[in-house]
Amino acid sequence: MEDRVSIDSVTKYYGSKLVLDRVSLSVRRHEVVCLIGASGSGKSTLLRCINRLVEYDHGVIRLDGVATEDPSFGKVGLYRRIGIVFQAYNLFPHMNVLDNITLAPRRVHGVARRAAEDKARELLAGFGMSEHALSYPEQLSGGQQQRVAIVRALATNPQVLLLDEVTAALDPELIGEVLRIVRQLKDDGMTMVIVTHEMGFAREVADRVCFLEGGRIVEQDAPSRLFASPQNPRTQKFLQRIIEAGRL
Amino acid sequence: MRPDAASPAFVGAAEEALTDSPPPPPARRRTSLRDQIVPIFTSLASVALFFGVIAYVVTSAPEWPRIKRQFFSLDAMIEAFPAVLRGFWINIQVWLIALVAIALWAMVLALARSLRGPWFAPLRIFAIVYVDVFRGLPALLLVLLFGFGIPALNLPGLPSSGLFWGTVAMILCYAAYASEVYRAGIEAVHDGQRMAAKSLGLTQWQAMRYTILPQAIRNVLPALLNLTVALQKDVALLSVIGVRDAVREAQIYTAQTFNYSSLIAAAVLFMLATVPMARLTDYISRRDRLRRLQGAA
Repeated sequence: MEDRVSIDSVTKYYGSKLVLDRVSLSVRRHEVVCLIGASGSGKSTLLRCINRLVEYDHGVIRLDGVATEDPSFGKVGLYRRIGIVFQAYNLFPHMNVLDNITLAPRRVHGVARRAAEDKARELLAGFGMSEHALSYPEQLSGGQQQRVAIVRALATNPQVLLLDEVTAALDPELIGEVLRIVRQLKDDGMTMVIVTHEMGFAREVADRVCFLEGGRIVEQDAPSRLFASPQNPRTQKFLQRIIEAGRL
Repeated sequence: MRPDAASPAFVGAAEEALTDSPPPPPARRRTSLRDQIVPIFTSLASVALFFGVIAYVVTSAPEWPRIKRQFFSLDAMIEAFPAVLRGFWINIQVWLIALVAIALWAMVLALARSLRGPWFAPLRIFAIVYVDVFRGLPALLLVLLFGFGIPALNLPGLPSSGLFWGTVAMILCYAAYASEVYRAGIEAVHDGQRMAAKSLGLTQWQAMRYTILPQAIRNVLPALLNLTVALQKDVALLSVIGVRDAVREAQIYTAQTFNYSSLIAAAVLFMLATVPMARLTDYISRRDRLRRLQGAA
């Protein structure tokens, strides 16, 4: 199948510190890839390189075969086609849910207010959140805010969705409602790259899991194989620690 | 010994807890009329006693009749009042015009300073030097310099009124402070907001306009209102360049009669204007703090 995202030998330094070391990774259409690894392994940085929130130093990333720095994307084409959701939701606190969702369609992509709001309400309804359209972020629970953030990222019909530890800031009882949406998106065929600490979720939703350490992909495999019989000793050690912490 | 979970006694207790209604909420504490009135009466009495003693001590001093004649003469106040009030109307007008100009000019300065990219270096440097200069100079010096200095040049095409240039001096001075307040507000907005805006494709300017600035202004509103109160009083500085504001008019009366009650009349007018504003500032700060506490919870 055709690659939607292909990361080719990407290297990134923060100052003189190497955070990504010649990382290559391809994500096929409709594929869900989970990035796992300890803090500082480079997984969030890699995710943010994909939509160029973080500029990398070497290598190339392609979306549907076209390099992401290609001028044909224009200033905003990449952001329309790749949505991202952050750990801390990063909703705009002075705007209600509807305005948060329609900001980019209206101001960046020139969609008329009416059309943008219809689309936003449709998305909210699809995720069972119609009643929150006029709420402000501070009136919502963490799980609700994160679901709004996901809807906001979907408002421009992206072809790829990046999820950066979207459940890490949530109370345990709220994680489920966010993961349910991610499952729903997977069933709808959304291509996703997910950074997560929820190993159980990675095992369930991922088509492929990549274990990163020291800015490199140490091992990648289908979750059934990677979690059951990791080949690399470093992967084994990482998963061992996770099991000891009772997280798997 | 801990009760065994399977024992009939424990199960019975659990069932009881489920079917029984919870204990009632605490009864509202009833306070008798006496309990309510006594504290009010006590504070009234203590206030009356405290200030009564002060008033008695002051007014029974041998100098009091002279002080009263000099500062608190009702006749002098009434006589001076029309002119003082007319002057105060100028204070209010200058204040309102300066307020609008400062809000806009300070915003331009703050935005110039927060621009990124090498092409904007001249604007950034201008904003930094501007703030350093105008925050470093006494407002009085600026008022003298602009109010006397520029009209003396007789520049063609420019107004030569001291009132105009004095107002300009106040605007230039206060905009430096206000721009620093704006800038603090802009920088206090969490970085995740900028990142979210960028990830949605907003340009630097759109991110500022739609996401950063509205939050920044809301955050610094109490500080801006404080500046507003300070400006209202400092407009009186224009009296030194001959603008006939409330202070100037009061001074004119004093110079003619050697009675200072007109200045007290002006003082009362200033208080009437600034105290409600100060209360409003307090109210907004308190509401803001509550909002933040709720947001954090």
